[in-house]
Amino acid sequence: MSRFHQTFEKCRREGRAALMPYMTAGDPSLEWTERLIDACLAAGADMIELGMPYSDPLADGPTVQAAGQRALAAGTTIDAVFRLGARVRSRHPEVPVALLIYYNNIFRRGIERFVNEAAAAGFDGLIVPDLPPDEAGPLEKHARDAGIAIIYLVAPTSTPERIRLIVSRGSGFLYCVSLTGVTGARERLAESLEPFLARVRAEVRAQRKDLPLAVGFGISTPGHVARVSRLADGVIVGSALIDTFHSRSTPAEGIEACYSLIASMREALNPPGVAVAE
Amino acid sequence: MSARTGYFGDYGGRFIPETLIPAVEELTSAYEEAKEDPEFIAQFHEELRQYVGRPTPLYLAKRLSEEIGGAQIFLKREDLNHTGAHKINNAVGQILLAKRMGKRRIIAETGAGQHGVATATVCAKHGLECVVYMGEEDIRRQALNVFRMRLLGAEVRPVSSGSRTLKDATNEAIRDWVTNVETSYYLIGSAVGMHPYPTMVRDFQSVIGHEARAQILEAIGRLPDAVIACVGGGSNAIGIFHPFLEDREVMLIGVEAGGEGLNGRHAASLSAGTRGVLHGSLSYILQDDDGQILLAHSISAGLDYPGVGPEHAYLKDSGRATYVPVTDQEALDAFLLLTKTEGIIPALESAHAVAHGVKVARELGPDAAVIINLSGRGDKDVQHVAQLLGEL
Repeated sequence: MSRFHQTFEKCRREGRAALMPYMTAGDPSLEWTERLIDACLAAGADMIELGMPYSDPLADGPTVQAAGQRALAAGTTIDAVFRLGARVRSRHPEVPVALLIYYNNIFRRGIERFVNEAAAAGFDGLIVPDLPPDEAGPLEKHARDAGIAIIYLVAPTSTPERIRLIVSRGSGFLYCVSLTGVTGARERLAESLEPFLARVRAEVRAQRKDLPLAVGFGISTPGHVARVSRLADGVIVGSALIDTFHSRSTPAEGIEACYSLIASMREALNPPGVAVAE
Repeated sequence: MSARTGYFGDYGGRFIPETLIPAVEELTSAYEEAKEDPEFIAQFHEELRQYVGRPTPLYLAKRLSEEIGGAQIFLKREDLNHTGAHKINNAVGQILLAKRMGKRRIIAETGAGQHGVATATVCAKHGLECVVYMGEEDIRRQALNVFRMRLLGAEVRPVSSGSRTLKDATNEAIRDWVTNVETSYYLIGSAVGMHPYPTMVRDFQSVIGHEARAQILEAIGRLPDAVIACVGGGSNAIGIFHPFLEDREVMLIGVEAGGEGLNGRHAASLSAGTRGVLHGSLSYILQDDDGQILLAHSISAGLDYPGVGPEHAYLKDSGRATYVPVTDQEALDAFLLLTKTEGIIPALESAHAVAHGVKVARELGPDAAVIINLSGRGDKDVQHVAQLLGEL
């Protein structure tokens, strides 16, 4: 049974969604990214989405773009991110870790080699925001062989035919994009989130697949997290975490602030009357 | 086009966020319908005739040919189009499609500003809202075009990410489209991007090659020995090449921006790049070993792009077209040569084609004939050239 499956099951038993923070590897250095991962997990995060910095991240808003530029300026490479992944894996053997990566980073290295190295580094899945299933045949084949999930994004603009295709092809979980747009903190969640998630959920049931739904893009506050938790199996927080980290004058203070943010989000996930499970 | 939708051999495709896929599918079917609709095609050609000023002449450059002492050199005068470059052909076609689809807000990216001006122009003509993304570096290099776009009623949004040039402006235009996909039409300026853009832009720009082919037959009673065009994204080149593809005896030569030379900074994706994905399609790109996109460099903002349209990648691999680099200095020399021998000031982009075109003309000798696509005029570059020559 995969780490994703085990973790979503555990959270389901606890009556809440899984909390999955996102951070860009190497922003501002790989050492700080590693500490940030540890802090998020200590604050109650259930899974990690680690981002590979990319020169041209066209699905990302200003916060994640800037994080990627800082990481690349600091010399972050794919090899170094794999080494970071391996260290995280050895320290947190049970925690599912997904790698967010744009397709060209994979393609350039060679799909088979990339997937094998990612699996060896302990990543459980790949999220490739510019690779719809239509173009993902070769990646899926090698990922299946390597035992690594391909986590597709499904968007509010996805038609019923697209949702059917994505559900049929997805593994690990489905990344439900909460809004029509790029990543970045927002003040409020889209009104259409509930009907959108209901459409996706109905299709997952119709295909009798065990494919949890995680919601990301724009999730910024404990209030957002609480609302999403009632609708989905997982909640992803990215830009808000990066903004929080960089809102402090030193990285050490940034880590503390991120710990507090994740802890408050984790608190918001608990069903009423249940104490925080450590 | 291969059996796989949107592919030219191994190149092309749709490497884009899921959010955009439904819009791109809608665009594809709208375009496929439109191109089969005689009324749409008639309207396109009427606009090209009445508004753009087509057909453009195929001009025999006598003094240039004599100066070189080789083949007869014909210039396809895209510089005489309304707004001064071939970009307007595509803008006219896509704006008609956008209106047909009921879109009221138009997004575009621009490098040199020629596509931005063309888009702002057709938006003014049709009364549509226009937002143009332009890198801060290009805004600095092409201040006059920025003012032209604003005069035409467009909003020019400066892009400060990455290299602050065309690549980053394209990223930002795509992000805008992801966010406003339900109301907006993305009017891409070159034969790049996700399917159907490379095919659609090629089709609209093919008017250049169709005219040139008929004109050269009229002028010399036979096909030319070579057709030469500059290649950034590659729309003027694919537009003039495409109608000659089946004419195997005609050499098709694309000229890339060799910048400081291929050992220095350049923008020669086909000559010195590797296979990769940029802006939604698989083609040749400039990238490092990790697949990070490298900064391109060219004396001309319009060629300063680290990718190239997927059909050119296919034509390169198949051998039907060849691609060569021309340096900044060679382009500048050709800019001066054409200006002095013919009284035609070319865009620095087009000067790359002139630079290689005269080499080919010299090699082929006096019995041959070549066509150089003079894709744009150089008014926008005069100030930049004056600075380069130390005269300002």
